[in-house]
Amino acid sequence: MNPMNKLIVSPSPHIHGGDSIEKNMRGVLVALLPALLCSVIFFGWGALYVTIAAVASAVLFEHVIQRYLFKQPTAIEDGSAVVTGVLLAFNLPATIPLWLAALGSLVAIGVGKMSFGGLGNNIFNPALVGRVFLLISFPVQMTTWPVPNGFETTDAVTGPTPLALVKQALRAQKPFVEVLPAGDGGHSLLDLGTGSGVGGSLGEISAFALLLGFAYLLVRRIITWRVPVSIFLSIALFSAILHWINPSYAGPLFHLLSGGVMLGAIFMATDYATSPMSYRGMWIYGAGIGTLTIVIRNFGAYPEGVSFAILIMNAFTPLINKYCKPKRFA
Amino acid sequence: MKTFTLGGIHPPDEKRTAGSAIAPLPLPGQVAIPLSQHIGMPATPLVAKGDRVKAGQLIGGAAGFISANVHSSVSGVVLDVKAVVDASGYARPAVVIRVEGDEWDESVKQRESPDHYLSAFSREEMLASIQAAGVVGMGGATFPARVKLSPPAGSRPEILIVNGAECEPFLTADHRLMIERSRELLIGTRFLMKALGVEQAIIGIENNKPDAIAIMREAVTKHTLGIEVCPLKVKYPQGGEKQLIQATTGRRVPPGALPIAAGVVVHNVGTVYAAYEAITIHKPLVERVVTVTGKSLERPGNYLCRVGAPVSHLIEAAGGLPGDTGKVVSGGPMMGKALASTDVVVTKGTSGVLVIPAAEALRNPSRDCIRCAKCVRVCPMGLEPYLLMTLGEHRQTGEMERGRVMDCIECGSCSFTCPAQRPLLDVIRLGKSRVGQAIKSRK
Repeated sequence: MNPMNKLIVSPSPHIHGGDSIEKNMRGVLVALLPALLCSVIFFGWGALYVTIAAVASAVLFEHVIQRYLFKQPTAIEDGSAVVTGVLLAFNLPATIPLWLAALGSLVAIGVGKMSFGGLGNNIFNPALVGRVFLLISFPVQMTTWPVPNGFETTDAVTGPTPLALVKQALRAQKPFVEVLPAGDGGHSLLDLGTGSGVGGSLGEISAFALLLGFAYLLVRRIITWRVPVSIFLSIALFSAILHWINPSYAGPLFHLLSGGVMLGAIFMATDYATSPMSYRGMWIYGAGIGTLTIVIRNFGAYPEGVSFAILIMNAFTPLINKYCKPKRFA
Repeated sequence: MKTFTLGGIHPPDEKRTAGSAIAPLPLPGQVAIPLSQHIGMPATPLVAKGDRVKAGQLIGGAAGFISANVHSSVSGVVLDVKAVVDASGYARPAVVIRVEGDEWDESVKQRESPDHYLSAFSREEMLASIQAAGVVGMGGATFPARVKLSPPAGSRPEILIVNGAECEPFLTADHRLMIERSRELLIGTRFLMKALGVEQAIIGIENNKPDAIAIMREAVTKHTLGIEVCPLKVKYPQGGEKQLIQATTGRRVPPGALPIAAGVVVHNVGTVYAAYEAITIHKPLVERVVTVTGKSLERPGNYLCRVGAPVSHLIEAAGGLPGDTGKVVSGGPMMGKALASTDVVVTKGTSGVLVIPAAEALRNPSRDCIRCAKCVRVCPMGLEPYLLMTLGEHRQTGEMERGRVMDCIECGSCSFTCPAQRPLLDVIRLGKSRVGQAIKSRK
């Protein structure tokens, strides 16, 4: 009961829409579930263990750093560390030693996020900082891709990813064919889409599961379609041109469905803190990621380039924000 | 269906009083009629302590072009002319009257049929009646109607837009007016068309009021004459002047300009009704429909209330102040002003009284910006609220001006949306006033 002379006075608006950081983070986690389910089906329990290790360590490191280093109230309940952990795990091979996953989390949270001041203040996508650190420091473990065989065998069989096969073919100037030769670990485009029998990172293998998550994020209005779609369009356009000039280069569908494009475009490039604020900026940012991805894949040293492309465009985001202002009324 | 294109939000409707017919409120024992119920110079008091006044009698004379007459809303004895705290929290001069009976000024009565005034009254006579009656914009801005109806030389009004959007959650005063006074509103619209010299009028109504759309449409088809009812897809802030103009006509008012720059003049349905009464029965603006609402109120409703009645009088009529009350707002939840006391009186611009339970009255703690860009997405003026807030916190007045902060219409969509619960509009408002001062000092 409030006596008449003690009314609360504050400026308008007097109602709030009820959106919160927690709701957004929970939404992202729900959107990641189909892909996690697919990876457990294809890679077995190992995928789940890696994910749990990455999440648990990410949350722990954030808590410890914030509480004991920064002496701030902990913010782990906002769920952002959980998202970073899951995304990092999705970028790792399912057979990676668990301590490496934890080390990746330490770099992701410690260097990628907390050193900038925590959620919202980081320049680079934390999960990708963790992944690239591992990729450069532990190249062997990070590129030993298990071939998905679900729960059937316990012996890990490793093999090259489709992108690595294409890179080999490209180096040997062999023509790229839509369906890679069977028996050489070949895959149809449908395999790439579902993730069946395709080697690769834990979370990236099923394009369809990731697209399902994309639909959920759009329905819940957690992200807009502009960044992912501009990435898809620029990848399709640029790879189509290259493929048309020289058929040794893989075609647009292959590039869209293989590797980390779906995971990167839908879940990594759309990271709030590291992507532009205006629609126009989003288009430029997305187009940059798509173009850089194709450049790295076709002309760079690595078979896959989504992570690097996103990190490079992360660095451009402040500049994009400065020059791409939203459309003014009238 | 039409709506404005840039930004906007969908707050909960909460129009719980949409079905409550307008009910006249019993007279209060005492009223305090502020002499500044409008934008511009306060009216000059024309009565003194001890004077007897009648309802409808002029008690404050307009002081200049941008000012408005103020009339007594009751009959009785002037107790005092003194400063009284109004909804803004400032004490401003007001005429305090003890109510005795309900005797109206002799001039307030209908002499001829409305049609007579339509044909016989000249543009100037209409404007004079509206000015004499102290009619101001009743949507909340309270800009003197006479001024809005007198476009500056060189501008040519083409379309009159009647604002029936009522996009604020909870409020239903305009909604009920359209349902219960459709014929009067139509005649009032024709008065204003004649006063402006325009051939076309559009009545914009959000489609969460299908009954109002149907009734106004029916009234329009009977009389027609260039008046069109335009249903609008629900989106806040549809009732914002620039948003409504774009939604109904597609025209865009340039930044910093008045609607007349796009050939448009906008008037709220409440204003149109006041103009109708001013012209046909010479009744000054001394009462208005006020929505009294809130989740815990016993009898929320739409009340016809005399100007100067304390808000507590309205709340009593609605069943008294609920025990869980935390906040009392004059106006709607998005743009209304929180009152420090229920002694504050109803003025010409009071569209509603909203009682918010204590559990919903406090904001959640603000957190760091996560740069989700949702504020940018919902801003109907195409601004970057997150950036303006940061600039405001660091007192970067020049940068704020370059960030077009003066375009901000203070609709509150950014604060409403922010997942980090940041007080975006609070800081932007402060910055706006600093930028405004800087602009003034340059001149």
